[in-house]
Amino acid sequence: MDLITGLTIFMLAVFVGFEVITKVPPTLHTPLMSGSNAISGITLVGAILAGTGWLGGLLGFLAVVFASINVVGGFLVTHRMLDMFRKKG
Amino acid sequence: MLVGNPLSLFAAGSTFPLATGWLGAWGDVGYLVAAVLFIFGIKGMTHPRTAVRGNLFGSLGMLLAVVITLTQVTGVISLATALVGIVLGGAIGAVVATRVQMTQMPQLVALFNGFGGIASVLVAGAELLRPGAVETAAVLVDPRVAMFAAGLAGLIGAVTFTGSLVAAGKLQELQMFKKPFAFPGQQVVNAILLLGALGLTLWMLSSGAVWPFVALVLAASLLGVLLVTPIGGADMPVVIALLNSYSGLAAAAAGFVIGNNVLIIAGSLVGASGLILTSIMCKAMNRSLGNVLFGVMEASGESADADEVYAGKIKATSADEVAMMLDGVQRVVIVPGYGLAVAQAQHTVAELATLLQSRDVTVEYAIHPVAGRMPGHMNVLLAEADVPYEQLKEMDEINPTFSQVDVAIVIGANDVVNPVANTDPSSPIAGMPILNVHEARTAIVIKRSLSPGFAGIPNPLFAADNCLMLFGDGKQALVDLIAALKDS
Repeated sequence: MDLITGLTIFMLAVFVGFEVITKVPPTLHTPLMSGSNAISGITLVGAILAGTGWLGGLLGFLAVVFASINVVGGFLVTHRMLDMFRKKG
Repeated sequence: MLVGNPLSLFAAGSTFPLATGWLGAWGDVGYLVAAVLFIFGIKGMTHPRTAVRGNLFGSLGMLLAVVITLTQVTGVISLATALVGIVLGGAIGAVVATRVQMTQMPQLVALFNGFGGIASVLVAGAELLRPGAVETAAVLVDPRVAMFAAGLAGLIGAVTFTGSLVAAGKLQELQMFKKPFAFPGQQVVNAILLLGALGLTLWMLSSGAVWPFVALVLAASLLGVLLVTPIGGADMPVVIALLNSYSGLAAAAAGFVIGNNVLIIAGSLVGASGLILTSIMCKAMNRSLGNVLFGVMEASGESADADEVYAGKIKATSADEVAMMLDGVQRVVIVPGYGLAVAQAQHTVAELATLLQSRDVTVEYAIHPVAGRMPGHMNVLLAEADVPYEQLKEMDEINPTFSQVDVAIVIGANDVVNPVANTDPSSPIAGMPILNVHEARTAIVIKRSLSPGFAGIPNPLFAADNCLMLFGDGKQALVDLIAALKDS
């Protein structure tokens, strides 16, 4: 991928992010943070493919573990919080 | 020419790397769907009704992206290793997420931010170790881009990791992180570390050497610690939001390393989200980001000292007296602060509110944007106690109506209700938007003592004619108050 393509995607996604997120009410700021944090665990995709050799493999494996904690824990805890908001909403 | 795989259209002469594995180009379509699901997921967060669905969309996108990626793994051992890692990490995450108390949420969010950061560092490191990384990377990614992005992922990821650990330690009130710690010339050291890390990135870029990455990560790790240690508790909402943004940017940088669009898109969404929250938090304190990160809350040199403000003017009250006062009122506003979280009094305060409502009193909660230790902290606590979110009023909404409030009950909040912010331009909190509790007919402040808040200045509200102090532990005071109300 050339740099410009990557940067174009990056910039456009930043703008989409700004547009969508400015509409989130303060009530939901914590779930937004923990939910988006779980999304940043997308590094998991890179982690699964990363690493050859014993050292690279070890780093890749550790990356998979950390990213999985982030993803699963993040989405679950967000769900727990949002459930509290929903049940009498 | 389209015979066979219709997606060969994309492949011909495309500069995009296409996914490998038996899904072929369909894998990239799947990644695109995942990215769209992430956007819908965050969009769902704009309303409490759609938020649960939004979060499910987000997790669905993640599942899709992970499954697609697993189809691209070559070799049984690699696949098994990846699956073991996912199951292990997922189990740890699930246990932590289901066991954690709502009052511990700030430190958990900080910790998860940090894990995202370290994962990006490790991915960048593992990619650099790939034999002939520069040459093979050229197939997928321009090697210079990959190298530079790896440096950035290492830098941002490591700062996120150690910074988040320190932040989590502070929020957990671990002894070693309790006091904000700073030494003279710290900002110079920080600048040197940052420039050093960037210099090492350029070195990697020009020489193709991989080892400077280790030094870079060490420098960035130290930088993360030094950046967060001087920051005090009340500024934590800014720090957490900023680290949230960094964890996204690190993921985006890792995306550039491996040439994967879904990482770039998801990472930049999170980066934008964290930045917006950071700026909202800064505005709510009327401070610039630079001031929060590098400035020290100035000790109030000229402003009145505590004795002068409080002497002879403080009126202490009792639960019975407050209960009598609450008899026959129409509108009560509860102002929660970090003290509510410390006292774990969210259920008790909700019980008080329900009791008052059963007597036809209108009860609302006034939420200051930086009350607590993370964005939206009070909202989460009160939601846990089953308080309907319609009763939670934002500062701008409730402020004009404080003069029609019969009784305002302040629980564990101080600086965010200090009228000095509006009246004294030389005060350290001058210009910070506050909740106008002093305009209520009667203000009741539940507090252990007259000790100052984070800004370290006395609060004239406590000495005001319409203010009564109910000294004691937040939870116990509320329990007494509820008992007194039931008796009366």
